[in-house]
Amino acid sequence: MQFPLTPAPHIRPLNSVPALMRNVVLALVPGLAVYIWSFGWGIAVNVAVAVAVATGTEAVFMRLRRRDFRPALHDGSAIVTGVLLALALPPLLPWWVPALAAISAIVLGKQLYGGLGANLFNPAMVGYVIVLISFPAEMIQWVAPLGTGLTTGDLGLADHLVYSLAGTLPDGFSIDAVTQATPLDVIKLGLDNMRTIEEIRVGPLFSGFAGAGWQATNIAIALGGIYLLYRGIIRWQIPTAVLVGMLIPATLLFLADTSRFPSPAFHLLGGATLLGAFFIATDPVTAAGTDRGRLIYGAGIGALTYAIRTWGGYPDGFAFAVLLMNASVPIIDRYTQPRIYGHD
Amino acid sequence: MNKLPMPEQLVIPMAQHAGPPAAPTVSTGDHVTCGQMIGRAADPGSVAVHASGSGIVTGIDQRLVPAGSGLIRSLCAIIATDPPERQPESPQCLDWPEDVSAQLEAIRDAGMTGLGGAAFPTATKLGSERRCEILILNGAECEPYISCDDMLMREHAASVLQGAAIMLELLQAERCIVAIERDKSMALEAITAAAQTQGDNRVIVVAVPTVYPAGGERQLVESLLGVEVPSGRYPIDIGVVCQNVGTAHALAELATAGRPLVTRIVTMTGHGLLEPQNVEAPIGAPISNLIAHCGGLTPDAAQLILGGNMMGYALPSDDFPVTKSTNCVIALGSSEAWMGGEEWPCIRCGECASACPARLLPQELLLAGRADRFEAMQTLGLEDCIECGCCDLVCPSHIPLTSRLRTMKTKLASYREHEAIAAAAQTRYAEHIAREDRAAAEERKRRTELTARLDGDDTSRRTAIEAAIARANTRRKRREDME
Repeated sequence: MQFPLTPAPHIRPLNSVPALMRNVVLALVPGLAVYIWSFGWGIAVNVAVAVAVATGTEAVFMRLRRRDFRPALHDGSAIVTGVLLALALPPLLPWWVPALAAISAIVLGKQLYGGLGANLFNPAMVGYVIVLISFPAEMIQWVAPLGTGLTTGDLGLADHLVYSLAGTLPDGFSIDAVTQATPLDVIKLGLDNMRTIEEIRVGPLFSGFAGAGWQATNIAIALGGIYLLYRGIIRWQIPTAVLVGMLIPATLLFLADTSRFPSPAFHLLGGATLLGAFFIATDPVTAAGTDRGRLIYGAGIGALTYAIRTWGGYPDGFAFAVLLMNASVPIIDRYTQPRIYGHD
Repeated sequence: MNKLPMPEQLVIPMAQHAGPPAAPTVSTGDHVTCGQMIGRAADPGSVAVHASGSGIVTGIDQRLVPAGSGLIRSLCAIIATDPPERQPESPQCLDWPEDVSAQLEAIRDAGMTGLGGAAFPTATKLGSERRCEILILNGAECEPYISCDDMLMREHAASVLQGAAIMLELLQAERCIVAIERDKSMALEAITAAAQTQGDNRVIVVAVPTVYPAGGERQLVESLLGVEVPSGRYPIDIGVVCQNVGTAHALAELATAGRPLVTRIVTMTGHGLLEPQNVEAPIGAPISNLIAHCGGLTPDAAQLILGGNMMGYALPSDDFPVTKSTNCVIALGSSEAWMGGEEWPCIRCGECASACPARLLPQELLLAGRADRFEAMQTLGLEDCIECGCCDLVCPSHIPLTSRLRTMKTKLASYREHEAIAAAAQTRYAEHIAREDRAAAEERKRRTELTARLDGDDTSRRTAIEAAIARANTRRKRREDME
């Protein structure tokens, strides 16, 4: 009897790339649900557009590179990129913004480097930053969350679809009426106008630590992140380092002057902090590859995000912080190689 | 213990150990008795080979046989065994000398090799001139499927410790640590009880965590002693010798009963086997006999593995003999076997690095290998890879990392060889140029001196010219005389 020959080890791998990606999407479901509940159906439309365009672009580019496109679609990485992009974008947008962001993410952020595993920068953040810089007007139209009186809760999925495709809202709604600046925007603008945090933080937008809708959504996202930690899909180093890297300066400066610096809780629960710490900074391809490196990488993202929020030109700086630290990964990895067994 | 009945034919390889093969001492047609030496240790790094059953040598042939890390060609004695009733109860007895240096010789002549899998000559390890302080008896099974050491410790605990005592004398070591995996409670009990009975206070029994590859020599040294074996060196370099518990048992059998190494315990396992069990088999018995002895294969049997599933290798068929290093045969069922499949690009998740017991970065090594960056392979510690297979197990992209790294090792070695040849050529050339330069410089110096002398004054110049003419005349004259 003849038996097949294969190299050692003779054992089934414990995990697979598609399973990892499926789990990441699964972990985003609670966050998405709370997001829809807080901000309406806009995110659902954006997820659909971004995922469809990201997947389509991936297939087209694999064909252009004369490679089989099926494994690339099967791995699920384009889906994750699409979902993360949609979560980063404002919910009420014309369809071409998420579409362009998805194309930029896949083409400039991923395929031009050689596809999955070869890219230096986080594709979702590349796509986000490109549309953020290119379409600033569209990118600050954030829908007001539930409970602020200015809600899109009355707009159904169909209305959102119509807005996305045709750019029109139902009678009685205007884009200015349903959108407003995010808490981070308002704080930044207020501080720039020499007002104190206390003066700025009035009104329903600032309920809770970081604004009602944002706070709930971000807590749901963090729960998904904890699921990923529990399943061993992400490691603790990066999320912890991101949060510590942000909370240390946030706490110190808050204690130094509470009128000029928002509380650490505001920074933690507002903006992209938790989504970024658990889902974006942990992208394995673009993060540091050693345990010590991951701590440095995460802390750098946290501190840079805080610095950009506090002293930079953008209200949230997570995307820029991630891209800057992505660029530092090769040098971080080089200097954090663990000591090999039996070497000094 | 379940014993394999004597098979009709034995194929006993001369190369069953690390080091030069034994030299056959019998020829076709000879009758041999069980325990008779049929291969002589050809050199101090070799060990003897014995007939594991009585019978007639029907040939001394080259055969493909299993060795530590793959199949090799080796000269084999083929023995058609006598009928069972004419097989002796126990093999021919060897002498066990009192004198220590003679004991090493006796160990070599009894065919003793490490029984953990690498088959390193036991005498060489015990006879090292370097000082050994600690003897580690490895009872931590090196791989998940293997249970032959567990079985042996349960059934022969006293004998294992007796072997340890002999090793301690030979090594002049002060301490012996018997390392047993925590989940092997029966083996732990048996050895602990035997140690109490023997009352040898040099021996301590330690339970180690059951985490593959805890039974690997380097990992065991680290977990027991908190020190690491330096890269590219052996445990003896830090005063430690590791021996498998099976080797200790075999040594005790030699010292007490004069028994050469003619059988070993083989773990027969896997979902593809009907009755998995540990079997004591004569060296040279066909694996097909062992499989039949274990009820045969199930219809589901998909692959045959020699050794553990992590570091063993696939066999093309069951037509191979058991050797001194055969610790395990796995018939993998189709649900256990992994034939490879869709492979995704490396996503740099670093799971491989977290799983690596040598603390390597396989993901970086993979990149270095793809670009043939030999310097990087070296600084990333390619040669410190112990090929345990942990990285393959955790890789979500299903990249056969261990196999790739093994290929890279070969490439790096041949690159080094080429580099060495090139460096030698460069040195030779540089020396050649230097020699020519020296010769040219001397010539220049001679001419300068000559010119200086000739330029001195008329008398000396005339003398020099006359001397030259005289020399030329003498030469011409000599030539004419010769003609």
